[in-house]
Amino acid sequence: MDLGIILSTLDATLRLSTPLLLACLAGLYSERAGVFDIGLEGKMLASAFAAAAVAAVTANVWLGLLAGVAVSITTASLQGAAAITLRGNQLIAGVAINMLAAGLTTFLGIQWFGQGGRTPQLTTDGRFQNITLPFANELSGVPVIGQIYSELISGHNILVYVAFLAVPITWWVLYRTRFGLRLRAVGENPKAVDTAGISVTKLRYQAVLITGLLCGLAGAFFSIAQGSGFGNNMTAGKGFIALAALIFAKWKPVPAMFTCLLFGFLDALQIRLQGAEIFGIDVPVQAIQALPYLLTVILLAGFIGKAVGPKAGGVAYTKER
Amino acid sequence: MTDPVQNGDNLQQRPQGAVASSAAASDLAIELIGINKRFGAVHANKDIDLKVRRGTVHGIVGENGAGKSTLMSILYGFYTADSGEIRVGGTPHAITDSRHALALGIGMVHQHFMLVDNFSILENVVLGAEDSAMLGPSLDRARKELTRLEKEYNLEVDPDAIIEDVSVGTQQRVEILKALYRGADVLILDEPTGVLTPAEADDLFRVLRVLRDQGKTIILITHKLREIMAITDYVSVMRQGAMVDTLKTSETNPEQLAELMVGRRVLLRVHKTPARPGDTFLSVENLVVKDDLGVTRVKDVSFTVRAGEIVGIAGVAGNGQSELLESISGMRDQSSGTVRLKGTPLSLEGDDGAHRARKAGLAHVPEDRQRMGLITGFEEWENAMLGYEDDPAYGKGVILDIPAAQAQARERIKKFDIRPANERLKTALFSGGNQQKIVLAREMERNPDVLIVGQPTRGVDIGAIEFIHNQIIKMRDAGKAILVVSVELDEIRSLADRILVMFDGHIVGEADPATATERELGLMMAGVTDKKAPPAREAAEGKMP
Amino acid sequence: MSSALLKPLPRWADVVLLPLLNLALAFVVSGLVVLAIGQDPLAALNAIVTGAFGNGYNIGYTLYYSTNFMFTGLAVAVAAHAGLFNIGGNGQAYIAGLGVIAVALPLQFLPWWITFPIAIVAGAAVGGLWGFIPGWLQAKRGSHVVITTIMFNFIAAAIMVYMVVNVLKPAGILAPESAMIAPEGRMPKLGAFIPWFKNTDVNFTLILALICLVGAYFLIWHTRFGFAMRALGQNPTATRYAGMSNSRIIMIVMTMSGALAGMVAVNQVFGVQYRLVLDYVADAGFVGIAVALMGRNHPVGILLAAILFGALYQGGNELQYVIPGLSKEMVVVIQALVILFTGAMEGLFRPGLQRIFMALSPRQKAGAIEANSVKSGG
Repeated sequence: MDLGIILSTLDATLRLSTPLLLACLAGLYSERAGVFDIGLEGKMLASAFAAAAVAAVTANVWLGLLAGVAVSITTASLQGAAAITLRGNQLIAGVAINMLAAGLTTFLGIQWFGQGGRTPQLTTDGRFQNITLPFANELSGVPVIGQIYSELISGHNILVYVAFLAVPITWWVLYRTRFGLRLRAVGENPKAVDTAGISVTKLRYQAVLITGLLCGLAGAFFSIAQGSGFGNNMTAGKGFIALAALIFAKWKPVPAMFTCLLFGFLDALQIRLQGAEIFGIDVPVQAIQALPYLLTVILLAGFIGKAVGPKAGGVAYTKER
Repeated sequence: MTDPVQNGDNLQQRPQGAVASSAAASDLAIELIGINKRFGAVHANKDIDLKVRRGTVHGIVGENGAGKSTLMSILYGFYTADSGEIRVGGTPHAITDSRHALALGIGMVHQHFMLVDNFSILENVVLGAEDSAMLGPSLDRARKELTRLEKEYNLEVDPDAIIEDVSVGTQQRVEILKALYRGADVLILDEPTGVLTPAEADDLFRVLRVLRDQGKTIILITHKLREIMAITDYVSVMRQGAMVDTLKTSETNPEQLAELMVGRRVLLRVHKTPARPGDTFLSVENLVVKDDLGVTRVKDVSFTVRAGEIVGIAGVAGNGQSELLESISGMRDQSSGTVRLKGTPLSLEGDDGAHRARKAGLAHVPEDRQRMGLITGFEEWENAMLGYEDDPAYGKGVILDIPAAQAQARERIKKFDIRPANERLKTALFSGGNQQKIVLAREMERNPDVLIVGQPTRGVDIGAIEFIHNQIIKMRDAGKAILVVSVELDEIRSLADRILVMFDGHIVGEADPATATERELGLMMAGVTDKKAPPAREAAEGKMP
Repeated sequence: MSSALLKPLPRWADVVLLPLLNLALAFVVSGLVVLAIGQDPLAALNAIVTGAFGNGYNIGYTLYYSTNFMFTGLAVAVAAHAGLFNIGGNGQAYIAGLGVIAVALPLQFLPWWITFPIAIVAGAAVGGLWGFIPGWLQAKRGSHVVITTIMFNFIAAAIMVYMVVNVLKPAGILAPESAMIAPEGRMPKLGAFIPWFKNTDVNFTLILALICLVGAYFLIWHTRFGFAMRALGQNPTATRYAGMSNSRIIMIVMTMSGALAGMVAVNQVFGVQYRLVLDYVADAGFVGIAVALMGRNHPVGILLAAILFGALYQGGNELQYVIPGLSKEMVVVIQALVILFTGAMEGLFRPGLQRIFMALSPRQKAGAIEANSVKSGG
């Protein structure tokens, strides 16, 4: 394979990993705080719809992004109310959020735009454009390094860069700040946090809101950056792949990035391989599609390493006698 | 800082319980006035008054459920009192949360440690007491401060060690360091020795003395009179939510305190005839058992129990007794060794090991009835067949004969005087004593050859204790082999015909309850014995992976 | 804690009043959404009810949808009694279609009443296998069954696309679907016997669903295994103490749960489509969660809740023809809200309801105090 094909596959990998990475980091915050979130998918979908709808109406991509993030945060707060304040079942809350988003986005889409659930095609102003990094054009002639810079690193929309920037930031927040210390503690032993005079409820809400923010970015990526409008169920299970990646990365930010890149790469490969053969063997596309899920199952089963989540995850905190 | 001895003298001159309102307010570190707290219908604290002098170790003693922990949780701001006043250093404060208490210099070491297992010691110390939003400076300062505190109070720890890797004793030190790091002048310790080995407990007392001598005030909650006598300067006794009395420790004795605690003379002696042991029914050979974390907790234990005798296993909690019981009863896989019932080896492996043990004639009353022995959400009759649901008495084939099961439950309710006498009632609604009777009835009525009982009367009211002890003795007199494990030494001494002492996973000695003194047993429980010496700790631990 | 004071609700309030209140709330919120977009919620409700129960045709379709939901509701409920959350009903129902079609096509020249039981067994076997594997992984390897079943939904979807497109699709057909069962091997629908249900998809699988409901009731409350299963669901340490094999129970329950979900394939593939198509499950597995929650994991409740959701689905289909602009996704919203309110936000109504009940009856109050003191005193 020549460099061009490799670069374009890797380029696609970066693009396809971006929503996974944002959603995966989103999940990381709330799960590290002890709130299981299987509703990443729903929050992304809600955001994708809201972003596209507002961007279509206002022809302003930033307003679209804002709407997507706002809706995602609202949804996350609803989930937080159920899981934290009302001490409901976190898993069921996630299922409900996914279903609610699937139903409402289509329902409102049909009602508002009358295109079978799709939002209108976005104009240039309604979408995030690809950014050409400084000197990208100038360096494109330089073999390998220049090509990598201009074709792989440069030329993505802003959310791609935000996603990859979010990795070191998350790492720093988690391991270098007071908030991070408390966040990690509350997912392991909320009682220790409570007796140290810190509000468990407040911390968990903060985490859930960050989850909402990042899911909002991830959702907006689908409809106003990668795509140019919302289509029914356009997140297509990516929220669950992100969840799988989170488990695969053992709830750590840097491994999360590599896992998302791996899963994104599989996705890119699968698109490229549509109808093609690899090393003369006919690999079904579906096998590559199922691979992230399969790998996660295998990891969870402890056949390759062991994934143990935050200890207090999934359990509402009750001050007991 | 006022001289502690001086304070003692002040108190001595006054009638007990009415510590001088005229005494200088600054002499008192803590003053609680008229504290009331209700949990639903339970009046956990009734109009409590308490004065704690600066620079003293003040014990608060009482039975389980006397309201000690509630009172201290109020002082620490974990609960808010319904009424009453808290004065710290003479000034009234409404302590609304733990942060507030910490700011007033009140620190607490909880019975169950409030530590994050996968954090380092340093991170645990800093958690909640960070200087700023950035972690770095806080950690640096904490590291320096820890070094200083360690030196000042002889509290060595490795700040970078991870909590789950260090011993329970060290974890407790971390809790104390946490409080000191937050500038605590008053340190509350809730049942601090429950999880410690005797050596660790002695070490803790040494630390507490150092702290007191440096001017700190220590409030020690316990139900162990030995500790009160060993370490405290003053002692307050609580009973059923009320403060009974406050005494100077040097002027009282365990008998008086026990009487104050219980409210009447306690007679723990059980009336029984001498045992007439027969054949060996239960024999345990070279048993090795690991806990859930893979730590070896039972180390090469061998003993036998004969028909018609009660063998009691004494020891400080956490020395392998729980794992021993769980292993013999088939709940926990053993690493090696053999358990024989009437000479036949029991096959106990797998998660249905307990089922095979029962089939072979080994019944088990577990130490924690609510966690293991009962399903509290089930109706009484359902629990009355738990573990025996395969029995033909409860139906044909796969179908349950519910009327038959309920009829049998009714019979047992009558026989064991379980109240309320309603087999359709949810088990959670029975009191501790009655729940224990449900378990006992179930296990004893199967007429097993061997009965093993963990903590027979934990959390059981006094009336039921007698009944339960008598039932166990009745079983013995019927020629059954009985193994009792209890952390209450008195219970073991009065119930057992033969005492085995367990320490650090080994049986370190055997004693005759008729002749052994509390001191002898206590030494053995602490691992000090001149009889066959236990294998060196290092050697035993060397076997671990 | 104020909640410690509250006595549990009387049983009827717990199983009837509370779910109905939550359902009402779900309807009210959905109604507000309808109102917000400028439509008349009462007209919408009327359209849904008429569309679901207006005539024999409507009822037939309502029952056809309900059949699926009875199976998936039972699948969730049976697992829930053992303390397991089987979120993989979709995947189990989907993959079971392979089993059904694998026996239905070769046996298509036999009379349907011979093939039917065989198809049931085949569907149960494949669906059961898809439940067993997560069960086995939970029991033996400690993987969380929720995550595994989610993953298995996606793995099932990938396998089905591959099997239908690459293996089962006969040459010369463009649509991604298997060959049709020969007309003489097809099971007649109920409309062939009951004129009322003419031209609807309700079929004999409904009878099977009713049998499964009764069977589940007996299994859960009248068998030794049901006892063990419920015991595990409430206290896994106690079942270990009792010597019931927790891992065995988990594996059996997950297999049963998967097999029950697999019956959706019998309804869809053997009863209606006569061939294997893509995505025939249409999220029935997730509806099952709503049905089980709403029905309080009791077969009678599941029957009623399945009919309710069947009616919503059928009514929702009709809705879009009656009121242009309102689509059937409305139903998905209602269903999501039911799950949210009954499953995750129970704390919304329960404490208030408990207070009302205690205020209404002094005896209850005394009972609460007694129960509370017993509990705390122990």
